[in-house]
Amino acid sequence: MGYKKIDLENKAYQNVKYLIVGMLFGIIFVKSEVISWFRIQEMFRLQSFHMYGIIGSAVLVGMISVWLIKRFNIKTIDGEPIHISPKKFNKGQIYGGLIFGFGWAITGACPGPLFAQIGTGATVVTVTLLSAIAGTWFYGYLRERLPH
Amino acid sequence: MLELLKQPWPWYIAGPLIGLTVPALLLLGNKSFGISSSLRHICAACVPAKIPFFQYNWKKEMWNLFFVAGILLGGIVGAGILGNPNAIVVTPALMEELVDYGITNYNNLVPEDIMNWQSLFTVKGFLLMAVGGFLVGFGTRYAGGCTSGHAIMGLSNLQWPSLVATICFMIGGFIMANLILPYILLL
Repeated sequence: MGYKKIDLENKAYQNVKYLIVGMLFGIIFVKSEVISWFRIQEMFRLQSFHMYGIIGSAVLVGMISVWLIKRFNIKTIDGEPIHISPKKFNKGQIYGGLIFGFGWAITGACPGPLFAQIGTGATVVTVTLLSAIAGTWFYGYLRERLPH
Repeated sequence: MLELLKQPWPWYIAGPLIGLTVPALLLLGNKSFGISSSLRHICAACVPAKIPFFQYNWKKEMWNLFFVAGILLGGIVGAGILGNPNAIVVTPALMEELVDYGITNYNNLVPEDIMNWQSLFTVKGFLLMAVGGFLVGFGTRYAGGCTSGHAIMGLSNLQWPSLVATICFMIGGFIMANLILPYILLL
């Protein structure tokens, strides 16, 4: 019983660090206007470089980081070797990708920004988020019948 | 300092910081950056309905739910303490177009003129929020990831399926924003 309690506490502590990273990430989202419907419209109308600069530089920093981690065999803070699962190709990346693109342009948000938008006080976005959860559920329901 | 932080942050500050989320999550606990999976975990936790896709131990993925809860908190801080006191700056060409759709309020990052509780019960509002959200959830799961999982994490790890997905996100967005959305906004 005593051990179990300690284990649970450990887990809660383990997860708090992700809450903090998420919060910093959310602040960047708001302050860089990534969560702005207007910025997404500018991006898809090729009217501004802003979003391309953000995604491009994020990918570049991510690439260099992953390369460094692999090159120097860097471990996690708990000493585990770092593992990244490869992505397997299936046609879902084409069909699903196009469908998500439609939704992204309409709502002006990907899944992450939906959470941040609600935080900024746009309470109606909870409806968009619940619809996204419903869409995810419907995909799970139809999965076996969809081309992959 | 606070005044400076309240201004919108330029892409060359925000982009690299977003990119650093990739090594931060890997180093903190061997987690691959991804956000849309959280929607799947919510389904698995709340309405699994015996669907095989939702039969897994979602509690093991709890970190992802903490991460998105953090994003929501970040939204509160970013708009509250660090909120930009000025109207949002938008490209004049876009502003000119948006006037035709009755969008003139630039006080929030989410356009209040079209996304509010009253408009939810109109055809236009329903399409923009309910249907749009549905496409986001369905599409990201079908594609196996969103902008974070594919475009940032996948490309960082040089995964070509993620490049395919990212290109398709962009094609879908270009088609919708330029060819279809204008008609929805005219409703």
